[in-house]
Amino acid sequence: MKVNLRNPNRTLDVEGPMSLVALLRRLDLNRESVLVIRGGTLVPGDAHLAADDEVEIRPVISGGTS
Amino acid sequence: MKCKVCREPAVIDIRRHNANFCSDHFLKLVRDQTQKAIDEFSMLGRDERVMVAVSGGKDSLALWDILLSLGYAADGFYVGLGIGGYSDRSGDQVRSFAAERGLILHEVDLRETYDYDVPTAAAVTKRVPCSACGLSKRHLFDKAALDGGYDAVATGHNLDDEAAVLFGNTLHWQTEYLARQRPVLPARPGFPRKIKPLVRLGEREMAAFCVLRGIDYVVEECPMAVGNKHIGYKEALNEIEARSPGSKQAFYFGFLARAVDRFADAAPAHTEAGDTAACTRCGVPTTSEICAFCHLLEKTSGAEPVLLTVKGRQITA
Repeated sequence: MKVNLRNPNRTLDVEGPMSLVALLRRLDLNRESVLVIRGGTLVPGDAHLAADDEVEIRPVISGGTS
Repeated sequence: MKCKVCREPAVIDIRRHNANFCSDHFLKLVRDQTQKAIDEFSMLGRDERVMVAVSGGKDSLALWDILLSLGYAADGFYVGLGIGGYSDRSGDQVRSFAAERGLILHEVDLRETYDYDVPTAAAVTKRVPCSACGLSKRHLFDKAALDGGYDAVATGHNLDDEAAVLFGNTLHWQTEYLARQRPVLPARPGFPRKIKPLVRLGEREMAAFCVLRGIDYVVEECPMAVGNKHIGYKEALNEIEARSPGSKQAFYFGFLARAVDRFADAAPAHTEAGDTAACTRCGVPTTSEICAFCHLLEKTSGAEPVLLTVKGRQITA
C-alpha cells in the first residue's frame, strides 16, 4: 500500500494487507500522535488496510509555547 | 468498531473515554465538550462578543467553527508573523475560511504595521522564536479585542497544550506560571478576558474534527517551533497516554481541582494589587516604564530583516 507521511512530506510503499495498528507499529508511530486518513475521511482504529490502499498518516502534534 | 451512541460504524475511538463514535456523534461530542467547558468555567455569556485568535492551524479554525455552531457571535483575528512561506500559507488558509463562510476577520501584519517579524525579533533578542512570537501575539490580541469592544479573546489551546505547559511548569517549578494556568483569565484594566474553550478536547480530536468537518488547515509545523521543548513534552505525555489512557486529562483537571489554588501566593503582585502604570509609549498597564512589546519594538527598530529558520535554512515558499 501507499503511505503518505507529513512533516516532512514523503511516501512509503508498505507491503499489505495489514491492520492499521500493525502499520503504525511497523512505522513506530504512537496512535495518540497521528490520524490515518483514507479517501478524505478517518480510518477507524480496528480497520484492515488493503494491499492497494493509499493512506495519509497525519501528525496531530503542533505548537509553540504561546 | 460501533458508535457508542447509535451503533452505526464508528470512525474514531477515544481511548480515554473508552468509546467510539460515528462522524455525526463525534462532531456533536466535540461541540458538547466545548459548551461544557464554557459553562463549567463561566467563559462566555450568551450575549457576549468573542474574538477568536486564528492561526490557520486546526485548533483555532475548529474553535471558530464550533463557537459559531454553538450560536456565539465570534469574529476572527489573525497576526501575520512573517515566518516566510509558512506565514503566507497560514494567512491564505485563514482568509479562505473566513471568506467561504462570510465571517469578519481582522488582520495585523507585524512587518507592515510594526516593521519587524518573528525571525528578526528572535535574532535581535537572542531568544527562542516562540518567545517573541507569543509576546507579540498576546499584545496584539489584547489590543484588538479592546479596540474592537469584544468581551473576550478565545484561543485554541487544547487539552494537550495545557497538559504540556503544566508538565513544563511543574518540571521547573515555575510557580508564578502555575498560579496563572487556568482556562479563564478574567479581564483586568487594560486586558480583556482570555478563554480556552477547547481544554476538554485533545489534539487528535481537534485534527479529527477538522477532517470530518472538511475544514482545511495548515498541517505543516511552524518551522521555528520544530523540535522545541513544548513539542517534546507533548510527545512524552503521549507515550504515557498510550500506556494509560486518560492520564493527560487526569493531570490537567486534577491540577485545576486540587492544586492551582495552592499557588495563588506565587501570582505576580500586579495581577492582584494593580500596582502598575501605563506604558509611556502605548498606554497598556506595565510594571516598567515601557511594556514588553514596546521594548521589543525598540530592539527591532532598524534591524536588518532575517528570513532564516533557527537552523539557518532559508524559509522558502
